[in-house]
Amino acid sequence: MTSKEIIALLPYSAPFLFVNEILSIDENSVVGTFRFDANQSFYQGHFKNNPVTPGVILTECMAQIGVVCLGVYLVNSEGGNVEDAQIGLTSSEIDFFKPVFPNETVTVKSTKEYFRFNKLKCNVELFNEKEELICRGKIAGMIKA
Amino acid sequence: MSTNDTLITDLKAIVKPYIQNQEAFDSLNADTDFINDLKINSANLVDVVLDIEDKFDIEIDNESMDKMLNVKAALEIIETKLEEKY
Repeated sequence: MTSKEIIALLPYSAPFLFVNEILSIDENSVVGTFRFDANQSFYQGHFKNNPVTPGVILTECMAQIGVVCLGVYLVNSEGGNVEDAQIGLTSSEIDFFKPVFPNETVTVKSTKEYFRFNKLKCNVELFNEKEELICRGKIAGMIKA
Repeated sequence: MSTNDTLITDLKAIVKPYIQNQEAFDSLNADTDFINDLKINSANLVDVVLDIEDKFDIEIDNESMDKMLNVKAALEIIETKLEEKY
């Protein structure tokens, strides 16, 4: 599957799609990028006169690239019909180290811990353009085709 | 202690990190339902099953996973898989 094919199968659209490109993907890992445009509406309120990307949005970006894109790839590899898949976040445990400001591009790297009984659990890291670690943790979701 | 009691003790240790209802856990018995009584969500039930696989060195298939809803069913599945092993 190409980057474009995977992104086309995601159940998200703007303003809640946080994937620009999948750089690499295989059955055990995925790397992808997203640019946080300064016009994103949440910057108006987070924080007042001081736009910083909310941690919950960084978590969503990590989940979309690191778990959902990988899940779509894995389900598709097993012959499942991804377009009818039910997807849900089931847990996240993230530690944050640095902020992400408007117009920064981040890279998400995710490694599969396991994919069993429709549950995909991954170790996910997010880096900025200087390759500094922004946040990392474990995210799990259910994906059932 | 009978084999069954040993299994229940092992199972109790496995589910402990995932339970959301202490009272139901304290009175855990064969009829205790993982989701309705212990309030374990379906995603954490997967972790319970993976921990059971590690603890007993068995493999739980999809069919058994679907039946793994209460303590009684879990014990039966574990016993069956252990018998198949030896």
